[in-house]
Amino acid sequence: MQFSDDKPIWRQIYELIAMRILSGEWREQERIVSVREMAQEVGVNPNTVMRSYERLEADGIIFNRRGIGFYVSLGAVAHIRDIERSKFISEELPKLVERLELLGLKIEVHE
Amino acid sequence: MITTKSLSFGYTSAQQVLNNITLSMERGHIHGLLGCNGIGKTTLLKLICGIMRPRSGEVRIDGIDPMMRRKETLSELIIIPEEFDLPNISLERYAAVTAPFYPRFDRGAMLGYCEELGVNPRVRLHSLSMGQRKKAYIAFALACNVSMLLLDEPTNGLDIPSKSVFRRLLAGYVDESRMVVISTHQVADVEQLLDNIIILNEQGVMLNATTSEICERLKFGRTVEGDKVIYSERTIQGDMAVSVNESGEDSSLSIELLFNATVTNPHAIAAIFNQK
Repeated sequence: MQFSDDKPIWRQIYELIAMRILSGEWREQERIVSVREMAQEVGVNPNTVMRSYERLEADGIIFNRRGIGFYVSLGAVAHIRDIERSKFISEELPKLVERLELLGLKIEVHE
Repeated sequence: MITTKSLSFGYTSAQQVLNNITLSMERGHIHGLLGCNGIGKTTLLKLICGIMRPRSGEVRIDGIDPMMRRKETLSELIIIPEEFDLPNISLERYAAVTAPFYPRFDRGAMLGYCEELGVNPRVRLHSLSMGQRKKAYIAFALACNVSMLLLDEPTNGLDIPSKSVFRRLLAGYVDESRMVVISTHQVADVEQLLDNIIILNEQGVMLNATTSEICERLKFGRTVEGDKVIYSERTIQGDMAVSVNESGEDSSLSIELLFNATVTNPHAIAAIFNQK
């Protein structure tokens, strides 16, 4: 897998997993691939992948059943959407607005 | 665990290649061994294997001197040198002869690795290209399931698709009971695999830290005002720098920048990592 160099690899794997959940590829309350399998799939050190899983767990997106594996939390989809929305508003939108202004474009919002 | 204490070596009495190397490498990690040409990375790997005797200092493999060539040491250790000679027999034949030294050797796994890397284990090794031979040897070494795998410039000679296969195989290989040590200049090939970085220079070990420790203390990328810059490079994306991480946020580790920073400003890097 190709990684960009603008954010840490563990963060990019975090986002990859979040997107798989958001797209419905991995469903709520179902088991996801192990850290080892994910490490193999993306060709990344398993300790780095473990960090992504730990962060997803801390954010309530996945949970760990000891000795069995990681599962998608109930309500994870809505939760990821909330996180992504606020990230879009606080990080991506200001950049977009700046670019629009730079190019002399205006957006009109119709209610 | 592999440890060295005040290790020094020279091929002639006038020339010293390794100077006062004290380091430890634990299982559970993929260690990247980095250093400029001629600094002695390959020599260090050979000393770890007990192929050569140190001028002074010591090497221990799980507490045992590898020069004693004990069975429990040698059966847990494999090195893939950058260049090697293999007999002119097939890999299958080579494995049949050599595998008895490695109690956890798995023939089925070796054939699987051969298939993934696209190399035929049934043809004579000398009829293969250098790159193909390297793939064959990698397949054999991985299948030995040793707990300490040493690789010297493993991606040299590998074609582009094999490099990503190589990364996937190694990512699946390492676990709490195993370590991999990769000596390389091709950091881009293995950047995402490494989770511990060791940088050597003429004075000894400049840095031995996990990638998460590194990112805790250092910031990589474009600088903002007020950053304590240790090293910077002009690139097409603007000035890329290594600075002190004061925000506590993780940036994207660039081993190339880290290496250049360590080589040009070793004292600043040492100061940051020695304060625990």
